[in-house]
Amino acid sequence: MSKIIDGPVAHSKLVLKAESRGLNFYYGAFQALKGINMPIYDKKVTALIGPSGCGKSTYLRCFNRMHDLYPGNRYEGEIRLHPDNTNLLNPHVDPIEVRMRISMVFQKPNPFPKSIYENVAYGLRVRGVRGVATLDEKVEQALRGAALWDEVKDRLNDLAFNLSGGQQQRMCIARALATEPEILLFDEPTSALDPIATASIEELIADLKHKVTILIVTHNMQQAARVSDFTAYMYLGEMIEFDATDTIFIKPKNKATEDYITGRFG
Amino acid sequence: MSYHARNARRYQADRHALLPHSPTVFAIKRNFFARPGRCAPFAANGLLALVTAATAIPVGVAGAVYLEEYAPKNWMTDIIEINVTNLAGVPSIVYGLLALGLFVYKFGFGQSILSAGLTLALLILPVVIVATREAIRSIPGVIREGAYALGATKWQTTADHILPYSVPGILTGVIIGLARAIGETAPIITIGALTFIAFLPPAPFTGEPPAGLFDWLFAPFTVMPIQMFNWTSRPEAAFHQNAAAAGLVLVVMTLSMNALAIYIRYRLRKNIKW
Repeated sequence: MSKIIDGPVAHSKLVLKAESRGLNFYYGAFQALKGINMPIYDKKVTALIGPSGCGKSTYLRCFNRMHDLYPGNRYEGEIRLHPDNTNLLNPHVDPIEVRMRISMVFQKPNPFPKSIYENVAYGLRVRGVRGVATLDEKVEQALRGAALWDEVKDRLNDLAFNLSGGQQQRMCIARALATEPEILLFDEPTSALDPIATASIEELIADLKHKVTILIVTHNMQQAARVSDFTAYMYLGEMIEFDATDTIFIKPKNKATEDYITGRFG
Repeated sequence: MSYHARNARRYQADRHALLPHSPTVFAIKRNFFARPGRCAPFAANGLLALVTAATAIPVGVAGAVYLEEYAPKNWMTDIIEINVTNLAGVPSIVYGLLALGLFVYKFGFGQSILSAGLTLALLILPVVIVATREAIRSIPGVIREGAYALGATKWQTTADHILPYSVPGILTGVIIGLARAIGETAPIITIGALTFIAFLPPAPFTGEPPAGLFDWLFAPFTVMPIQMFNWTSRPEAAFHQNAAAAGLVLVVMTLSMNALAIYIRYRLRKNIKW
């Protein structure tokens, strides 16, 4: 893999966290992903960019097997999760087990109509954590991790709907963090937020990458340039180019990538 | 003395007291429940509603959850879905006939509160199922996906999210169904409710355990609409006033149940914004 990466990040030691190999994905008869090969490096932010409908969200949702929820979807190929080298897409691997290790933050904040505390604690509760002290501690830890603790510590029992949009999204990040996932998936996490809330989420992502591997889908190329270490450009279900973010944005190898980055297309 | 013999004696004793003396509907209403002849159908209506709710809610909600969350989406499910929706429009007398054959004779429940309650439960089952499915469908996909993404199983998602968030819709459906059920006459007559009865059914769960606890289920009974029908078909004018008063009570009951449904919906929906 080191051959394709010339950017400055290549010099620091890279550890492979996950890797997709020859990944094809079908919505019924429609093939949405075509032979995707891509590495995901440990404790780095990898951004997926590309025009609408290029399959970047579809690809992201393969990682926590969200497609299993709907009938008629089919995977081919594999996504290897390291260090244990498990193929996440293996039909014998329980999607629940996969989701226990890989969390997701959605496009629109999706708080449950419960209290802030119950929202953040839910992932722990489904994992069978019952002790009040443990829950309290983990919830606080997660909310601190999502830079939300100081704003909500006095109203943990308020309904999550009473938070602002940006706070709701950070609460959803805290909810995903509480279970200490290995990979955190972000599906356009700021597309429903105002610029200030967006800035705080981006800051948070920059913070979080020291603890967790992050894969983020974004429509906003500036955002990809700001937050990510690696960027993949996708088009019509294919991976056109994957490289260090600096390389992708400064001297992409592929003409199609350059056209998209420079705004000549898309 | 057996339950029936005791009631027969009470019936004799109360016969004369049954003729109303007060001249106006409202004056009659004042002591409307003072005599057993008027209280019995009212109490039976309550017990019927209890049996109906206790049967229709679990079966209806479970059926709707199965259809929405668990059933494979194929032609079988489609047929069941179309049938359930159509059942809501089937004339209630048809349910009465079915119940007469099934509950009264085949299962041997007799002309009892149990038979009638099960009949009404069948009658409102489509309403409960449709309301529950609507409520489940109105939950946005991202909430469901959010629960799954955290590693919840299908059952955990259903029990912790889908069901609690559908409660306002389910309760509204149940109450509106029950409001319809308490006014039903045709199926109750078909299964053979007495058209005149002067005694109360035994209070639930008060009989001698273990068998006596369920005496009330097998007690003969009548309901308000049948009592009204009985009163209107009598020659004395005072009975007609009684019927009008009973009608008023029935209308008020139905209205207040609908009001309760609206209130519960409003109260519970306040916490859910999507």
